[in-house]
Amino acid sequence: MSSRYRILLPVLSLAVLLAAVFYLQPRAMSYFGLNLLFNLAIPIALATIAQMMVIMVNDIDLSIGTFVSFVACVTATFLNEAPLLGAAILLASILAYAAIGALIHLRQLPAIVVTLGMSFVWGGLAVLLLPSPGGTSPAWIRAVMTVKPPLVPMAVVACLLIAGLTHLLIMRSATGTLLRAVGGNAQAVARSGWSVTGLKAGAYALAGFFGVLSGICLVGLTTSADANIALRYTLLSIAGVILGGGEFTGGRVSPVGAVIGALTLALAGSFLSFMRLSPDWQIGAQGAILILVLAVRLLFSRHGKKWRVANNG
Amino acid sequence: MNSKAKLLGAAALVALALPGSAIADTADKRIALSNNYAGNSWRQAMLESWSKVGGKAVADGVAAAADAFTTSENQATEQAAQIQNMILQGYDAIVVNAASPTALNGAIKEACDAGITVVSFDGIVTEPCAWRIAVDFKEMGRQQVEYLASRLPDGGNLLEIRGLAGVFVDDEIHAGIEQGVKEFPKFKIVGSVHGDWAQDVAQKAVAGILPSLPDLAGVVTQGGDGYGAAQAIKAAGRETPIIVMGNRQDEMKWWASARDENGYETLSLSIAPGVGTLAFWVAQQILDGAEVPKDLTVPFLKVTQDTLDETLASTPVGSVANVEYSLEDAKAVIAGAK
Repeated sequence: MSSRYRILLPVLSLAVLLAAVFYLQPRAMSYFGLNLLFNLAIPIALATIAQMMVIMVNDIDLSIGTFVSFVACVTATFLNEAPLLGAAILLASILAYAAIGALIHLRQLPAIVVTLGMSFVWGGLAVLLLPSPGGTSPAWIRAVMTVKPPLVPMAVVACLLIAGLTHLLIMRSATGTLLRAVGGNAQAVARSGWSVTGLKAGAYALAGFFGVLSGICLVGLTTSADANIALRYTLLSIAGVILGGGEFTGGRVSPVGAVIGALTLALAGSFLSFMRLSPDWQIGAQGAILILVLAVRLLFSRHGKKWRVANNG
Repeated sequence: MNSKAKLLGAAALVALALPGSAIADTADKRIALSNNYAGNSWRQAMLESWSKVGGKAVADGVAAAADAFTTSENQATEQAAQIQNMILQGYDAIVVNAASPTALNGAIKEACDAGITVVSFDGIVTEPCAWRIAVDFKEMGRQQVEYLASRLPDGGNLLEIRGLAGVFVDDEIHAGIEQGVKEFPKFKIVGSVHGDWAQDVAQKAVAGILPSLPDLAGVVTQGGDGYGAAQAIKAAGRETPIIVMGNRQDEMKWWASARDENGYETLSLSIAPGVGTLAFWVAQQILDGAEVPKDLTVPFLKVTQDTLDETLASTPVGSVANVEYSLEDAKAVIAGAK
């Protein structure tokens, strides 16, 4: 029962916000408007999926924001000038993510500390690559991010694709089930003969992969990079996962919900800006929206539990 | 004769009506300010100037709206989203103080493609379709040394107080100072500290380096650090050298009291936060159809011995000397760049 609510609530909150935005700004209700409203949410959605991979195995990644910034810097410099070398660096950074996942499990280190440390490493590398803002987006990435498909804007198509593919990968495939099982009960997974280290490394590698995609998309939208470009993504991605119905423990995540959560967060910013709310209140108001949604979820899940208990009894 | 007079009269009428019609052209245009940060006295003064000048322009019927927006966090991604929202809100011109010179280019390109005029100032952007009102920070550094050379023909030792490390403005002013020292080789920079444009940081940094320095003839600064330097030098019991100031109220107050005490003379220069209003008028001129070059330079605001009392009196406590630009100033800057 509660798993059905899990996806219902994010969908509902997104719909309510979208209706409010359309009411405030009817111009947004068009092909062009929807694209403007949502195109910057694509990298946030990808970063949220990356965060979800880590949260899925009961860890948390505090380095995703700086990692995406680092990837953005690599994309705007190496991937543009020497595509092979750039691709190799990005591949190496995904392997580094996998290694971090394995290390965290093998040495039983707290992920929060290791990833916080890594955030300084990625941030430092980004500053080394681009001491001052600059670089250029490779033309093909720019072309992909500004493509105008018929009928439905690129931003919406991209979000549907991300949600659909990750849903298949995490919720439908055997590997996805195993990965979620690591978060649910790692000991049981280990006793049935699977290597938890390998699985955790896999989950982190997936996080690195989606982080790389996020950085590439971001540069495609902004056309160039800045070492601090995506620092906000760390907290946005965590909020997106939770808003989308995920939980910090137990391997309970929802890829579709995570994408919707990211969209909701991006939309909340636009909504507050259309409301002409003073910036001093905006962060607080964004937080209030978050707390409101979570409070509603808590109410629902309590209700669901009672209902189930009553049924069983 | 009579008909000639009539003709002249008609010509005069047309001439009178022309500026009026020029104003009417932008009466239905809406201009927005996209700002990335409001957390210091400079930005607060900038927003205040904007609402004052913009509000008056709207009341006078020069523009339909002059709304200011500040992002809740100082992040390029936030500001890019903010600019995209402005496109949706249907503004005719967007005036930007950018969080990053490059990371907003995608959003700014979107705005240009939607037919919106984009004018960046202070924090300028590199996207070619936008206008840039830049500050010649290098010249600001060079002029400090030039002023010192006019006061001290024999030269001497200089202490340099720099800004926040790694920020573009700090590098530019520093380069200007180096250029000035090359131009006037009698000066020698004997020490350099980072004051982060804050009086307390500058005071600590200067106090730390002072014991290792020889006699100082002058202190070159970046603004926001002159008062702290003066306090540190006084605490060390040294004679006060010529400290170039940066238009902050506390700096000018200290300068005025030192002048009353012992005839202390110096120069103060910085960028007026009212530069936002210059950008407003430039945007208005572009909307009006004027030919405006893409790159403009703002004059910086200098406070001299003669204008000290006047400027100090008009600067609120804890703020920075300001000047609001008018349509005529904007026209002069545009004409100067052609």
